[in-house]
Amino acid sequence: MKPVEIKKDVFWIGAVDWNRRNFHGYSLSHKGTTYNNFLIKDEKVTLIDTVSEEFWGTLQCNIAQVLGKDAKIDYFVINHLEPDHAGCLAKAVEKYQPEKIYTSPMGQKAMMAHFHYENWPVEVVPTGTEISLGARTLHFIEARMLHWPDSMLTYCPEDKILYTNDAFGQNWATSERFADEVDRYPLEQRMQEYYANIVLPYSPVVEKLLCSLGDMGLDIDMICPDHGLLFRGKEDCQWVVDKYCEYAAQKPKNKAVIFYDTMWHSTEKMAEAVATGLADEGVSVRIMSLKANHHSDVMSEVVDAAAVIAGSPTHNNGILPLVSNMLTYMKGLRPQNKIGSAIGSFGWSGECVKILSTALSDMGMEMIDPVKVKHVPTHDTMQQCYEQGKAIAAAIKAKIG
Amino acid sequence: MQKYVCDICGYVYDPEVGDPDNDIAPGTSFDDLPDDWTCPICGADKDSFSPEA
Repeated sequence: MKPVEIKKDVFWIGAVDWNRRNFHGYSLSHKGTTYNNFLIKDEKVTLIDTVSEEFWGTLQCNIAQVLGKDAKIDYFVINHLEPDHAGCLAKAVEKYQPEKIYTSPMGQKAMMAHFHYENWPVEVVPTGTEISLGARTLHFIEARMLHWPDSMLTYCPEDKILYTNDAFGQNWATSERFADEVDRYPLEQRMQEYYANIVLPYSPVVEKLLCSLGDMGLDIDMICPDHGLLFRGKEDCQWVVDKYCEYAAQKPKNKAVIFYDTMWHSTEKMAEAVATGLADEGVSVRIMSLKANHHSDVMSEVVDAAAVIAGSPTHNNGILPLVSNMLTYMKGLRPQNKIGSAIGSFGWSGECVKILSTALSDMGMEMIDPVKVKHVPTHDTMQQCYEQGKAIAAAIKAKIG
Repeated sequence: MQKYVCDICGYVYDPEVGDPDNDIAPGTSFDDLPDDWTCPICGADKDSFSPEA
């Protein structure tokens, strides 16, 4: 994709990664992704972030299209050091020989640890620092733990643009650059998936920093994340900020997710019976086999659910590895305000539901009694599962009011 | 009482406030926090904290 002038003399010069499916090695990006970065033509020509290293050719080409083949870049602004954004930094420093590289205090440490550089012209810009590019100024806002210690936002009052790096991002490869050019519902889905799998544990920071953007008195007319579509116009900027405040609040919906693995289909049958009990009480249910669903897809559903039911048979006095994997992944993302319960079958010893219940309870979930079945469920034990579903539904209703 | 700052993310543990989200009552000094207590923002352990200047 060619550079796009998003405001006068401000260019999107990113790369669209149509084939990316494995995002950072742990999450899925079913629709690809983009690495957005920006070039500002002012007295001081400024590059904001870079792209993933495999797109170094694209980046150089885009810069040349805007500035000509003898491009000179004075300033680099590095909002975050993760390789999908800073991947080309070392090559870009060598090629363009910037006068200054601006980054956050933690960014400087991360930059050193990533690139082991010597003699780079790095200047640390804590919150409140502003620099002049000529006609424009850039203001820097530290955003520690949104989602790394080095994360930083950059604001340009003259352009009314907030460059937000990973905040407000979505994994979606498109030929369009702006949110108002695509269908809103899939955009919202991509945003929620991204939030659930990447930003969720830092919800307290989102609440403190992004929900208070209005209080900072920033006049924002464009929000430019480093992945996916950009937001232009006050209405869309407010829309995306409001969405993030909603995600950060983690208010549960009338929805339950049952994830499970099964050996001989007993736990699977139990999951179906629990789901029927929930659905009969009007709760929206997702039954997610971990053989059929990747952990990040499960997490995208868990994020706004009121209840999470984990299912596994007992296997060698423990639980099946896919379930263990899911629980570890979910724990790291620290979901809040959930009801938890467990189901599982067993052959001789039956530790499964205790292990599952402990894992969910340790995440702070309000627990409903589990159901455990020896070998194969009967009509009676299926009925117990159905009743468990109804009990969970009652707890959901009490919770969401 | 002495406040402690997380070297990783900058969160400040204020003993007067405690850490209500993790059942740490107001008035709990940093030294009295359980050994397995972690930073509520970034998850770093107690060793990652320094006294606030």
